[in-house]
Amino acid sequence: MSLAYYPGCTLKTRARNLEEPAVASMEALGFKLDEVPRWNCCGAVYSLADDDLIHQVAPVRNLIRAKEQGKDELATLCAFCFNTLKRANLLMKDNAEKRNTLNSFMDEEVDYSGEVKVVHLLEVLRDEIGWEALSQKVKLPLRELKAAPYYGCTLLRPREIAIDNAEDPTILGEFLKSLGATPVDFPESTRCCGSYQIVSSPDDIIEYTRPILNSALNHGAEALVLTCPLCDYNLGRGQKELMRKQNGIREMPLFYFTQLLALALGLGPQVCHFEMNHGSPESLLRQKNLIPQVESVQPIGG
Amino acid sequence: MSAKQTKKKSAETAVKEKKQIAVKLIPIYIMGKRYEVPEGLTIMKAMEYVGYILIRGCGCRGGTCGACGTVYRKPGDYKLQVALACQKTVESDMYIAQVPFFPANRALYDFTELTAAPEEVFKLYPELFRCVACNACTKACPQGIEVMDAISALKQGNIAEAARLSFDCIQCGLCTSRCFGELAQYHMFQLARRIYGARIVPQAEHLAAMIKAVNEGKYDRFLDELKQTKEDELKKLYQEREVEPMTAGEDWKPKDTKYL
Repeated sequence: MSLAYYPGCTLKTRARNLEEPAVASMEALGFKLDEVPRWNCCGAVYSLADDDLIHQVAPVRNLIRAKEQGKDELATLCAFCFNTLKRANLLMKDNAEKRNTLNSFMDEEVDYSGEVKVVHLLEVLRDEIGWEALSQKVKLPLRELKAAPYYGCTLLRPREIAIDNAEDPTILGEFLKSLGATPVDFPESTRCCGSYQIVSSPDDIIEYTRPILNSALNHGAEALVLTCPLCDYNLGRGQKELMRKQNGIREMPLFYFTQLLALALGLGPQVCHFEMNHGSPESLLRQKNLIPQVESVQPIGG
Repeated sequence: MSAKQTKKKSAETAVKEKKQIAVKLIPIYIMGKRYEVPEGLTIMKAMEYVGYILIRGCGCRGGTCGACGTVYRKPGDYKLQVALACQKTVESDMYIAQVPFFPANRALYDFTELTAAPEEVFKLYPELFRCVACNACTKACPQGIEVMDAISALKQGNIAEAARLSFDCIQCGLCTSRCFGELAQYHMFQLARRIYGARIVPQAEHLAAMIKAVNEGKYDRFLDELKQTKEDELKKLYQEREVEPMTAGEDWKPKDTKYL
């Protein structure tokens, strides 16, 4: 089965470790992620200014490309792209005046009125495959891995676009359970990582990161599981800053959910690009016997 | 020449002159002023016809140098149209303005230090991320390049795709003149094509071997011989030189192989 798929710019550069394991995993599950032709930036962040329509052009153009592709559903992987695209889609569906302005501005494209349904890959796993079916495909159960689902904001807020109960989400926990891991619930799992605030106030990064990491550690988490490259950037860098300023903090590995999916499906660590992760996850995975203890590279010659 | 012949000749001239006079004149507006110009002229020739002397904003006159970017509108149509003045023939009631130059930010870099990493482009042109996907650049391209797609490719770190999409860019700057995000697309594309050519495309091994042979003096003797050759002999050599046929295959070799 083929799924219209929107990757997002960061997934092609700094977050290849989010995308590549996803593409491989979905193929193993019988889904081809079919990249939307000629996609552009999602808009990076949904514009809240009521009269700022120019920043809706980028997300809407991507939705038009998906419509042109002949698909009625568009799967996203990056939580931020999901948020921007789904909210722009709602705007096109619900607001006739703005829809007309945008369609008339993009007069070189076909008209659009919110026909494409924007979903996150976690929803595809839950609704189109199902946790039970997923768990049956697991070849390497992530036993004994205590992983804390970290949602951040963009999958759950605002409520109209949430992929789960915005106050008490369970989707990432269910996902981890079906991979054989032990999800660790912690109260800060939906607290903001600092988002783009860190660009204008870089020194605040520690204050955003500290409560999230402390809470996860105190609840017994060995790693955090993420869906968003911006969360990864902020928590990864914030953790380094925290360790620099405060002695005795244990480094917490950060995973993308797709890396754990690929690993559990038996696709091997190569496809996961753990070398791009924050918090050296490989030593934890070795400890849990989830990747080979010794590098399988044989010495040349001899 | 007999009288009859003379008569015939002058009649021919008259027909010719009449034909010239009969050329249809059409109205165009250059910077808002109305002129009547012969149908079939290019915008550039029409400007010269009405008295402009072009010392800038015209270059190759063959559609490849990008010096004569031009914008125009037709009455009753809100669409802004673009063209190269040396290529586009005039149409009735065109309102024309040339945009021969448009200020554009061009980054300075030492190319020998650049790698093929996407971040090289991000660092030199951070304004890349001001693109809002309005697509005005694409609409402004007289070469029909998908300019916005090429900018998207750069944002996605796909330098090879940006180089491929922008291959026909003649750097006229019309995209830049229309950009909402104040990007200088054509300079970014030039950087992409440079990186692509030098760092991404596999290098031709035979080129290095050839440069080595040249540096080692393999061809010095032949050049010295040519320098000593008299002009007439040189012309003869040139005219009789063996040219590789257009249909030659990969294994084609000249009859005289002493230079290989």
